Amino acid sequence: MSLIDRQQPARWSLTGFLARIHLDAMLLLLLLAVSGIGLLLLYSASDQDIDLLIRHGIRLAAAVGMMFVLAQIHPDRYRDTAYILYGAGLILLIAVLVMGTMGKGAQRWLDLGFFRFQPSEIMKLAVPILVATFLSEKTLPPTAGRLFLGLVMVLIPTLLIAKQPDLGTALLIASSGIIVLFLSGISWRIIFAFISLSAAALPVLWYVMHDYQRQRVLTFINPESDPLGSGYHIIQSKIAIGSGGVMGLGWLQGKQSHLDFLPESSTDFVFAVIAEEFGLIGACLLLLSYFFVASRGLYIASQAQSGFGRLLAGSISLVFLVYVFVNVGMVTGLLPVVGIPLPLISYGGTSMVTLFAGFGILMSIHTHRRMMGP
Amino acid sequence: MAIRATLKNHGDESRLINRRLLLAGLFAFILLLGLMARLLVLQVLKYDHFDKLSANNHIDITAIGPQRGLIYDRNGVLLADNVPTFSLELTAEKVANLEFTLQTLADLFALDTVEIAAIRKEIKQQRSFRQVVVRQRLTEEEVAIFSVNRHRLPGVDVVARLLRNYPQGALFTHAVGYVGRINEKDLMRIDVQAYKGTSHIGKTGIEKYYESTLHGEVGYQQVETNASGRVVRQLSREPATSGQDLFLYLDLKLQQTAADALSDAEFNGAIVAMDPRTGGVIAMVSQPDFDPNAFVSGIGYKAYGELRDSPDRPLFDRTLRGRYPPGSTLKPFVALAGLEAGLVHSHNKVFCPGWYKLPGKEHRYRCWKRRGHGKMDLLNALGQSCDVYFYDLTMTLGIDRLHGFLNLFNFGRKTGVDVAGESAGLSPSREWKRAARNQVWFPGETLISGIGQGFNQMTPIQLAHATAILAMRGQVRPPRVVRATRDTGEQDIVSLPIELGESVPIIDPQNWESAIDGMIEVMHGKRGTARRSAIDLPFEIAGKTGTAQVFNIKQNEKYDAATLEKKLHDHALFIAIAPADDPQFVVAVVVENGGGGSKVAAPMARKMIDAYFGFDEEKEEVEADEEKEETDETPDESESEQTTSNNGAGTSE
Repeated sequence: MSLIDRQQPARWSLTGFLARIHLDAMLLLLLLAVSGIGLLLLYSASDQDIDLLIRHGIRLAAAVGMMFVLAQIHPDRYRDTAYILYGAGLILLIAVLVMGTMGKGAQRWLDLGFFRFQPSEIMKLAVPILVATFLSEKTLPPTAGRLFLGLVMVLIPTLLIAKQPDLGTALLIASSGIIVLFLSGISWRIIFAFISLSAAALPVLWYVMHDYQRQRVLTFINPESDPLGSGYHIIQSKIAIGSGGVMGLGWLQGKQSHLDFLPESSTDFVFAVIAEEFGLIGACLLLLSYFFVASRGLYIASQAQSGFGRLLAGSISLVFLVYVFVNVGMVTGLLPVVGIPLPLISYGGTSMVTLFAGFGILMSIHTHRRMMGP
Repeated sequence: MAIRATLKNHGDESRLINRRLLLAGLFAFILLLGLMARLLVLQVLKYDHFDKLSANNHIDITAIGPQRGLIYDRNGVLLADNVPTFSLELTAEKVANLEFTLQTLADLFALDTVEIAAIRKEIKQQRSFRQVVVRQRLTEEEVAIFSVNRHRLPGVDVVARLLRNYPQGALFTHAVGYVGRINEKDLMRIDVQAYKGTSHIGKTGIEKYYESTLHGEVGYQQVETNASGRVVRQLSREPATSGQDLFLYLDLKLQQTAADALSDAEFNGAIVAMDPRTGGVIAMVSQPDFDPNAFVSGIGYKAYGELRDSPDRPLFDRTLRGRYPPGSTLKPFVALAGLEAGLVHSHNKVFCPGWYKLPGKEHRYRCWKRRGHGKMDLLNALGQSCDVYFYDLTMTLGIDRLHGFLNLFNFGRKTGVDVAGESAGLSPSREWKRAARNQVWFPGETLISGIGQGFNQMTPIQLAHATAILAMRGQVRPPRVVRATRDTGEQDIVSLPIELGESVPIIDPQNWESAIDGMIEVMHGKRGTARRSAIDLPFEIAGKTGTAQVFNIKQNEKYDAATLEKKLHDHALFIAIAPADDPQFVVAVVVENGGGGSKVAAPMARKMIDAYFGFDEEKEEVEADEEKEETDETPDESESEQTTSNNGAGTSE
């Protein structure tokens, strides 16, 4: 350590300083780079809406602040409060659902007067924390019984959120829990059985889905059937991506987005703008950057000193990629339209704060490591 | 041991989780490659497809309508131009409160409920950013009214547009015609591509005939539009080519003279004047007329109904479509037919007792002069318009030879004048009667054909054209209204070549002079039927009066103008060649229900001659004197050729 210190004193000291305030330099650099580029992309995607950009910047700053705060908290505290966090989240979810029923219509928000927030965002973190805590209490791989209990812990909030209805978030929460289960080393036999069961459950899922969700699936299968209605998003998005070609049309030069053909161009469909303006090369570079972020997370997970840390860090890193896959899959017409934003770039609300909060926990796991050492 | 086991377990656990982390990472990487492959498909393999779709989305080609060619008279006076007019237009998406806006507009510009309903309908049909015309051709006062109230009417604007304008108003309405909005019927016959960006098209007259010349070529601009179709910017531009300007033979002064002559006398009718040397039509007037400008901006239903249903039929172009029995104006041609056929000589005489009988028949075909003309040679027969002479001549000639000869003068055929809407008229023959009516030809019909009655129907343009052929001693110059054209932006006026028709074969030129001498006798002879219209001319002119019967008078009745309704009065006709020996000007006058050709039509022709040769000033006094003389003369001018009751009554169509 001291050897490297002498060779690159300045850089090492910054990394060391960051580590002392519980931030991982590499992850921070990657996150800020992608978010910074994201601001430029959003500037174009929003048709040069400075106000929107400022609001996004403020949220980004708040999110980074949140990350910093959560990084200071020792991983053990997360483990200690896992049940309380999960329980509180569950109560809020039910509260939202009840209020929604009374207010007649979709309800995801909890209005606390000074700010509104979505309880489902808490669950995005509470679920993996709880499942990781629960599974790491006993030796891994978990027994069938514990596995079942873990699954229940995942399914309850998932169903509550799907009921809101917020299919995208439900999907993310389900994946965060299931990824923990997968990482805990459950046997392949169970995994395959689970996959088969899920496939069999698809018709049941169809039955419980809301009309608009079914519509999304139908238009996903055949978007041209309703080119001006629900298929419009996918068709226009594919046109935007395809017309970008290899090199793209250039920053601020996108036709589909700037001429309003592409809906939701600064939120869920921002990836289509990027693909149109920066082409295949730009889009692939962005995908690779996402992969680097996740890789650093996976590396942190592999270096974690407890099973809980590994499971949680692994889940947070992989869920980040789930965001990317679902969003890009949706925008490129591979997956049905579910409301999942492109992480770090899409304009909008609380999901970015939650994402950075996750990275904060990731950094906490990484930087509190040495203190646990002998 | 326990600690070691835990440690070992811990190590196993770590390896297990790390293995799963690696697996998950690899799986994620494969998914990532999958996404990249998807992008490759969309952006490389299907690039052309999506690029085209994108271009279709945002690139719009809009047409730039060409500017319509202008029309000038022979002296360069503007007859049709395009003027910027102010129209009040409303853009629905910019209007805050449509109800209030419409109500306010209705109050300010006195729009009735029908108009408001029409505007409302158009607003619904148009996309919200498109302009809807509320009112066209705003007056300055209306523009001012709007300006004052503008602040109350967001989304409403005064817009300047080029609109066809006819500065001479009604004067050239039938000849020049007018343009109107392109309708369903027009769309069937035009190349829709060529009319993109053009809202109006020639509907009648020259505007219709020369549509392709006047229209020009459409230009295009490539524009970028956004999802709602609004133009964001222009990408490229192919400017429109304006239509060619037209320079006419028509002369404002002569046109005005003709219109005044008819309207001052309060008659409906038509006057066509030509330069026989070129075939150029110098005047072409049908009365009554109407203001063509009303049709450009869209005439109201009510106003159109009034024009359409008026018994005077102002919309009807009498010069080209009015079909009139030529009456005695046909006689010079019949005479020439007889002379050229070698059946008569100018010195042959026929006795006119006031009537004519077919061999073996009792029916008396009357001469207009009941007591008879006595012995008539050709000169006098033409000069005094003796019917009996021509009955006799026509019977010798026969309908076949007469019809064949008249064909050479374009009777019964379109003259091919370059104005839309010409009628062919009718020159009867045995074949025609068999085909059209499935009847045989009767000798009596030959008889009355010889004096321009019966089935004969001619348009004023045909009459003028035939007169021009006679004046040119058989040389045919098809009537032409357009003299020259000019490309937009060019200085050079390109004259159109004078067309030469197939000349009338001449047996003996002296025959033509004999026929024309007869017409000179009409004007200058002691007993010439139109002698009072030739007073004080510096040269001799040739003319022929005609009176065409509108309805049949029974065998023993006498035509009495005083007891007949005006619409049943005879049509008055007149043709003239000036000067007779050096023809420069021919004119044909048809006055509906005018009574006698010499009394009503001939003075109009004289006015035209005076106007053309510039004698107008002195003339006025002479006319005043003539009026007094009129009463003490014998009624030798009312040539009411009374014929058999089986003749086809001449009607004005």
